Amino acid sequence: MASGVKPRVKVPKTAAAGEAITIKTLISHTMESGQRKDSDGNPIPRSIINRFVAAFDGETVIDVALEPAISTNPYFEFQATVPASGEFTFTWYDDDGDVYEAAQSISVT
Amino acid sequence: MELTRRKMLAIGSGTLAIAALPGLPAFASATDDAIAAFTGGADLVEGGVTINAPEIAENGNTVPIDVSAPGAVSIALFAAGNPVPNVATFTFGPLAASQSAATRIRLAGTQDVIAVAQMADGSFAKASANVKVTIGGCGG
Amino acid sequence: MGIRPIALIIAGLAAAGTAWAQDSDEMNIEGLEIVTETEAPEHLENLRTIYSGWRFRTDETQSLQLDDFENPAFVFIDQALDAFDEAGANGNACSTCHENGPEEFAGFTAAMPKVMDGKLTTTEDFLNGHRAETQGEEPWKWSSQDMQQMVALIGLQSRGMPVDVAIDGEAAPYWELGKEMYYTRYGQLELSCANCHEDNYGMMIRADHLSQGQTNGFPTYRLKQAKLISRHNRFRGCIRDTRAETFAEGSDEFRALELYVASRANGLSVETPAVRQ
Repeated sequence: MASGVKPRVKVPKTAAAGEAITIKTLISHTMESGQRKDSDGNPIPRSIINRFVAAFDGETVIDVALEPAISTNPYFEFQATVPASGEFTFTWYDDDGDVYEAAQSISVT
Repeated sequence: MELTRRKMLAIGSGTLAIAALPGLPAFASATDDAIAAFTGGADLVEGGVTINAPEIAENGNTVPIDVSAPGAVSIALFAAGNPVPNVATFTFGPLAASQSAATRIRLAGTQDVIAVAQMADGSFAKASANVKVTIGGCGG
Repeated sequence: MGIRPIALIIAGLAAAGTAWAQDSDEMNIEGLEIVTETEAPEHLENLRTIYSGWRFRTDETQSLQLDDFENPAFVFIDQALDAFDEAGANGNACSTCHENGPEEFAGFTAAMPKVMDGKLTTTEDFLNGHRAETQGEEPWKWSSQDMQQMVALIGLQSRGMPVDVAIDGEAAPYWELGKEMYYTRYGQLELSCANCHEDNYGMMIRADHLSQGQTNGFPTYRLKQAKLISRHNRFRGCIRDTRAETFAEGSDEFRALELYVASRANGLSVETPAVRQ
């Protein structure tokens, strides 16, 4: 499902160096499990986001392997430490090869 | 013997109970296999990992879950009653401020949700939570 | 002795009724006070107090609506914001005329549906009218995501404002029709809206906790379908569950029912987009 996929991320604008900050992400995606059948009884093929990575200036915060049991519109909440001002990048990998990206900068005060 | 409705029900439920029995270990082993694939068959200790899940989920399609295991390298989540027990694996990088994460998962019915954490020393810890999934009255 | 058990049962029922009806949580969305309980509007003969559907949900479902990031509906609100700026076939976007953005629609949804140009008009009708006349576009399907996310974006501009739909004047005949439908038993199960949502709210129907069936949070993100659900889609689901042939989404019958049901929430805050099970 390459169309209509839209990520949302919530990162504080500022933080103190070394502070633990909470990050939330959500992406619109049906996460078709492969377990369902269409009205003719044929299985609907699996089509999910199978991996999500959050990084800060290239260093990993969290790397998640997703299975079909993750709900539609996958949501993640986790904590990161920010060593200096820089940019968070968020990447979602789709079964169909598509990659969705979002970025958010943060300044350390 | 006269077959009354009541006797038929008794026969029916007896057969059902026997038929259902082999199903139980099959479920358990699918989850055990999935956990073993993650741990490499290592022993699991209780403690060191926590899982928070609602006691009753209003809808099995979106059940909020959070896991935490201070010092863990990664945490894998399993749903013992789903057709495929694997749910997600969280691997924490150097900039993770805590080894914890929250997400929303699908549960096919009332079941145990299991978190297995791989600790930095290579050991594995386990925690589980039972979630009752209700079947709504107004399925629309 | 003969009388006491009955008295006990009645006392027990009364206690259960108050305990089950709804919990007493207050609702505050990122600093915005939401009225989830208030005196029933005067036209409601059978209820003293009206409650938001939010009050009947579990803590976990409730909390999803208290933060606009936790609320999954907002990813669709974002998509509607993009669509607001997208040019239609003849070059006009919503923002071409509504230069100040969706905020121009503050208060709009609180008074919908209402009679416009002599016809009972819902937000969906309003949007499709503008799509045809000023954008040269085909109408959106009633319950499509394109439609419902825009209905939700418009509704969000009234969030926190009291529902205040007109039921008199030109609206009166539509309102009367809607009221008649509300109390009509439909389907093989012979259930009216009132049987569940007026006579038995707070009770369980199988494992569902029955609400008063208020629509002040629609379009609502329903966890079951994991998308925004329209008012008419919910009406259709309810009537279908009575084992009846239902009215169509976008039918005159459902427009009238939408007005009547909205009027039962007069005084509650608009909650759009709510989160429900």
